[in-house]
Amino acid sequence: MSENLLAPLTALGKTVPVIKKIGGITISENPDLAIVSLSARMGTEQDLQNLLKPLLGACLPGPGQAQFAEDITAIWVGVHQWFLMASLSDHPDYADEINNFVTDAASVTEQSDGWAVFDITGDNLVPLLERICNLNSKAMSSGDATRCLIEHLGCLIICRESVRNFTILGPRSSAASLHHTFVTAAHSVA
Amino acid sequence: MIINHPLLGPRDAQEFVYLGDASLIDRPDAMAETALNDFHDYLYLRDNPAGSHQELWFHEQGDRSWLVVTRDTASHEITHVELAVDYAKRRGRDR
Repeated sequence: MSENLLAPLTALGKTVPVIKKIGGITISENPDLAIVSLSARMGTEQDLQNLLKPLLGACLPGPGQAQFAEDITAIWVGVHQWFLMASLSDHPDYADEINNFVTDAASVTEQSDGWAVFDITGDNLVPLLERICNLNSKAMSSGDATRCLIEHLGCLIICRESVRNFTILGPRSSAASLHHTFVTAAHSVA
Repeated sequence: MIINHPLLGPRDAQEFVYLGDASLIDRPDAMAETALNDFHDYLYLRDNPAGSHQELWFHEQGDRSWLVVTRDTASHEITHVELAVDYAKRRGRDR
C-alpha cells in the first residue's frame, strides 16, 4: 500500500473519534472499522461457507444474526448477503483481501466509507433504543443483528451484549444527524 | 400494520414498500407470437378483489427481500407471507 499522505477525518468530521458520556450511557464513534459486503453468487453459497469457516470458526450467520470471531465480525444483511467487519488499521485493504480470498464464490464491495459506526454502551439501553427505533430491543441478545429504520435512515443494529452493548451502523452522510438522535435520546433517558 | 417476515419475524409496515399484484411475477414471454396482447393484459388488467389478495412487498429498510403477502383488502388482515423467490419457483420459474 502506498504511503497515506492525506489526513483522514472521522464520520463526524473530526480528527479524533467523538466520545460522549451522558449519565451511564457512552456513545462513541468507531472510525477504525473496515467493512465489506459479501454476496454469494448463484449456487455458490456452500463454497463460500466452506471458505469462510476457518476464518470465522463457525458458519456464516443466518437471518437476523451476527457471528463474532477474534478479529472479524460477520453480519447477515440479506438472503445470501453478509457484511464482514475488521479493524481498519490491521486491514487497510480489506475489500481486496477478502476478494482475493473468496475469488469467484462471492462478489465483494468496499463499504467502509459508506457507514458511520457508533458503539453505545450502558447499563440499560432499552429505553434509549425504544425511543429511536421500533425493534424489540429488549428481546435482542448477543449475536442479534438486523437492519431497521432510525429517524428514516436505514441502519444496521448489532447487539454485542444483551441490553448493555450495541453497535449501530448508519449512513455516513447522515452521521451528524444520527449522532444528534442518539445524544438527544440519551439525554431524555439519563 | 405489521408484516410477519418469513425470515426476520414481525416487522413494521413502514420498513416495506408496496409494488402491486403478485401476478406481476408471471411476466409473459416477450418472444411469443401473442406477446403484444399478453403484455397488454399483463400491464393493464388487474383483478380488484374485496377480499383475499396476493401482493408484492419489498423489505427496503430491512433485508431487501421481495415478499408475497396475502392480505384481505377489506379488513387488512394478513393471512400469509412468503418469500417471492419461493412463490416464483413454485410457479415454475428458475429463480
